[in-house]
Amino acid sequence: MPILEVNNLEVRFPMREGELIAIRDISFSIDRGERLGIVGESGAGKSVAAFAILRLVGRPGYISGGQILFEGNDLASLSPEQLRQFRGNQITMIFQDPMMTLNPVLTIGTQMIECLQTHKGMRRREARELAVEKLRSVAIPSPEARINQYPHELSGGMRQRVVIAIALLTDPEIIIADEPTTALDVTIQAEIMELLLELCEKHQVALILITHDLGVVSEITQRAIVMYAGRIVEEGPTRSIIEQARHPYTQGLINALPERTRPGQRLNQIPGSMPTLMQIPPGCAFHPRCEHVTDVCRTQVPDYTRFDHSRVACHWVAVQEQTSV
Amino acid sequence: MIRHWRLFVDSTFLYRFRRDKVAIISFSLLLLMVMLSFSSPLIAPYDPYDPAQIDIMDSDTPPAWQVEGDPRFPLGTDAQGRDMFSTILYGTRISITIGLFAVLLQSILGISLGLIAGYFGGRIDAFLMRLADIQLSFSTLMVAIIVLAIFQASFGTELYNDLAIFMLILVIGIAEWPQYARTVRASVLAEKKKEYVDAVRVIGLGSGQIMFRHILPNTLSPILVISTVQVANAIMSEAALSFLGLGMPVNKPSLGSLINSGFEYIMSGSWWITAFPALVLILLVLVINLLGDWLRDVLNPKLYKD
Amino acid sequence: MENSNSDHKAKLLEIRDLYKAFPLSSGLLEQLQFKKGRLVRNRESVKAINGVSLDIYPGDALCVVGESGCGKSTIARVVTGLLRPTSGSIVFDNERIDHLPPKQQLPYRRRMQMIFQNPYASLNPRMTVRQTLEEPVRFHNPGIANGAVKEKVEEVMASVGVDPGWSNRFPHEFSGGQRQRISIARALTVDPEVIVADEPISALDVSIQAQVLNLLMEAREERSLTYLFITHDLSVVEHFGSRVAVMYLGAICELADTATLFGTPRHPYTQALLSAIPRLKLDRPAHIKLKGEIPTPIDLPKGCLFQTRCLYADERCRQERPDLKKLNSGARVACHGVEENRIE
Ligand SMILES: Nc1ncnc2c1ncn2[C@@H]1O[C@H](COP(=O)(O)OP(=O)(O)OP(=O)(O)O)[C@@H](O)[C@H]1O
Ligand SMILES: Nc1ncnc2c1ncn2[C@@H]1O[C@H](COP(=O)(O)OP(=O)(O)OP(=O)(O)O)[C@@H](O)[C@H]1O
Ligand SMILES: [Mg+2]
Ligand SMILES: [Mg+2]
Repeated sequence: MPILEVNNLEVRFPMREGELIAIRDISFSIDRGERLGIVGESGAGKSVAAFAILRLVGRPGYISGGQILFEGNDLASLSPEQLRQFRGNQITMIFQDPMMTLNPVLTIGTQMIECLQTHKGMRRREARELAVEKLRSVAIPSPEARINQYPHELSGGMRQRVVIAIALLTDPEIIIADEPTTALDVTIQAEIMELLLELCEKHQVALILITHDLGVVSEITQRAIVMYAGRIVEEGPTRSIIEQARHPYTQGLINALPERTRPGQRLNQIPGSMPTLMQIPPGCAFHPRCEHVTDVCRTQVPDYTRFDHSRVACHWVAVQEQTSV
Repeated sequence: MIRHWRLFVDSTFLYRFRRDKVAIISFSLLLLMVMLSFSSPLIAPYDPYDPAQIDIMDSDTPPAWQVEGDPRFPLGTDAQGRDMFSTILYGTRISITIGLFAVLLQSILGISLGLIAGYFGGRIDAFLMRLADIQLSFSTLMVAIIVLAIFQASFGTELYNDLAIFMLILVIGIAEWPQYARTVRASVLAEKKKEYVDAVRVIGLGSGQIMFRHILPNTLSPILVISTVQVANAIMSEAALSFLGLGMPVNKPSLGSLINSGFEYIMSGSWWITAFPALVLILLVLVINLLGDWLRDVLNPKLYKD
Repeated sequence: MENSNSDHKAKLLEIRDLYKAFPLSSGLLEQLQFKKGRLVRNRESVKAINGVSLDIYPGDALCVVGESGCGKSTIARVVTGLLRPTSGSIVFDNERIDHLPPKQQLPYRRRMQMIFQNPYASLNPRMTVRQTLEEPVRFHNPGIANGAVKEKVEEVMASVGVDPGWSNRFPHEFSGGQRQRISIARALTVDPEVIVADEPISALDVSIQAQVLNLLMEAREERSLTYLFITHDLSVVEHFGSRVAVMYLGAICELADTATLFGTPRHPYTQALLSAIPRLKLDRPAHIKLKGEIPTPIDLPKGCLFQTRCLYADERCRQERPDLKKLNSGARVACHGVEENRIE
């Protein structure tokens, strides 16, 4: 049984021009200890989906439909009081900007201890020991000294490690990481990613990794979801998505990477850009940029075509699949 | 131009305006006051500047609805027999004129100095900002009182009365430039860091063009906000100075000098000579300030959040 | 100099022994400090660039890579005249330009343009696309006829793939990728020879990055441009660059042809950097972990700038700063270990 199951999740933002559907029909599940990647362009709805799982959608947004089943409890229908028992405890989150988690006026030790006191009801001394241990586990040198420092006294990479340590404090079942390394350098990114990978494997923590970097997804995750204009367009095992993507958008995304072309050659670009949510075209949202577009793409939103371990929302793929059978 | 207009109509600005009752009411009141006062020669029943139309026999008539009232003078008359309604209309016009021109002067001075300080930085900036600090540490009224009193004493009341309106504009205008300079400097410092300024520097444009063509238009929002508030402040300063007898002369009264001239009679029961101009003044300053607050909220969404 | 081959080609742009430090505390009072009972004037500064020399030849696409804060943008800004160097010089077409008064710099300004990182901040929000693009044309061609300006603007807009019919729009009506195209168009309006691009695609989406990179490569072909291309994305460098300079703490640690650098990286830092790129294929060599953290550029380490994090540092590295030395492969590496053949 999967530890988290999301069914037909939909989030809307009431705007002055009308209601904007930021994500629609989002369904996926994740097993204990599994690592799932969510990729897509800026504005595709990755963060909204992640925030929605924790019911943290920024105002004026709200969850307008769907279920979020965590170990059988529907998080979407819990009271804020009940929700607190899961959020920040069994499901934790790592943000792109570490300062979203860290309070600049408190030492990192204070913040970690307070977290343990609220969620685990630990005593101060115990909590402090655990905090030091967690800091050590994310490879922060001399954690006994660092614990008394303020966030601004640490470098960016160090801060993100602290955030990971905080996320691990309560021994969560799921970590949701929203672009945890986008603000960092490649060398530090590699270290943080390795650390995250190692910790998730060691403690059997499920990881939902949001990123726009296909390289990172390829190296870290086992399964991947590709989002476009608020919808999942393809889902499957990471390796098969990267090696034989089915959806034209995914193919385009991968082929546009510089490493897919010989140096100096023209890159394979996808024409145009992703529509804003206000102007999603009818039918398949990707059709104006798609090279395989047919009439049905312009009018009908494609259903998922299912394969053994994956699914794709594309008319062209559906037709090909039918003819090949 | 058409595109700018379309941009304005589509903007959140107009949208927010239409949804805000306070803004609509304040704006309508302000518009009404401005229109009435500036068309006073056309609509006022009497011309308070024309001695031939004033009859001393009419003096101290209470408002029309009181027993001794006279229907010719809806708000009564003052001690010289001038119709209060007409006099207030003319007075409001003078107050608003002084307010606007004083702010125009303030803004020209303050914006130029603020731009220079913010853009060039270093010593120039330090010098100008210390100057502003010194200027601000004397209150506007104090500076104005000293300057105006000296002027009045040395050139005689006659000449002073003729030049009063210019003197007031000049004094209030000069005394308050630091407000502008500081606001402009702060937003110039923020704009200067943006890459579009670097881009025009790389193209080779000179400092003047960069400051006035590129940076200034992007600092207009805070300037707009501060301007509304400053107009209200200037009107208040003028009223205070006139009340102290350093402002507009009695034969060309502003709201402040009207309040002042009526003040002597308030004890003898002629409350209306002071009360009506005071009400108009309060209303005027209040609606301008309300509009200024609303503008600040609209143009500065960051302040508005959390 | 030792390199005879490249000396034949005339250098277009030379950066000679460049240093740039930003003073930290400005006022005299802030600088005064008590130390050991004495009042001393403490002038701290951020040493952003520490002795960089680079030659750029016509047609080059020289990429500068390195971690955040290593001084890449500072180089770009000194070269384009946005900052004055603390010492050293910038030579453009055999003419030293960094100390010229602004008026005399104008002819060189036209020949060297810059593209910026943030597509949302690099266009004036209060100017239409047309105003933005016409300004440099008019400025550098005083007295030009209106028709000619319009023609030039439309030509450039078409060449970067923005519909000239949109020239009356404001920047906020465009997407990030389109704005970056407009920024590129602005740089191209004055027919420059050198384009300094400071992370021009970092703020864009993956699918848009490819479009803009293609555009930059096309412009290079068609207008025979020379690029000084600053980025932290090594896979872009591999694709786009003809030569690569790897920077660390404001100095160059390795300078080589792209193929040489990616094929046989020599400096330990370059090796670590290359091993950290996330790749689609799973055959990446194991990530080389560096020890410690980047030192602050306020207190530079003694000796080799990299020695505090280097796995091979010895006594000489801790004392003496290495110079760029040319290897047989043509690469230049600043490392005692490589010079002594200690490091593979
Ligand atoms: N508070 C909000 N108000 C209105 N719309 C919002 C809000 N937050 C998000 N949206 C809309 O939801 C869409 C999806 O945003 P989201 O932040 O999930 O994108 P993303 O995929 O995480 O992109 P990025 O890579 O830039 O983080 C955006 O297009 C945005 O317009
Ligand atoms: N105007 C300035 N005043 C003071 N210090 C500065 C200034 N500009 C840059 N620095 C400092 O100089 C160093 C180099 O900065 P620079 O912006 O060149 O780095 P970079 O390599 O471009 O980094 P990034 O990849 O983050 O853009 C940094 O330590 C920075 O803090
Ligand atoms: Mg996001
Ligand atoms: Mg930079």
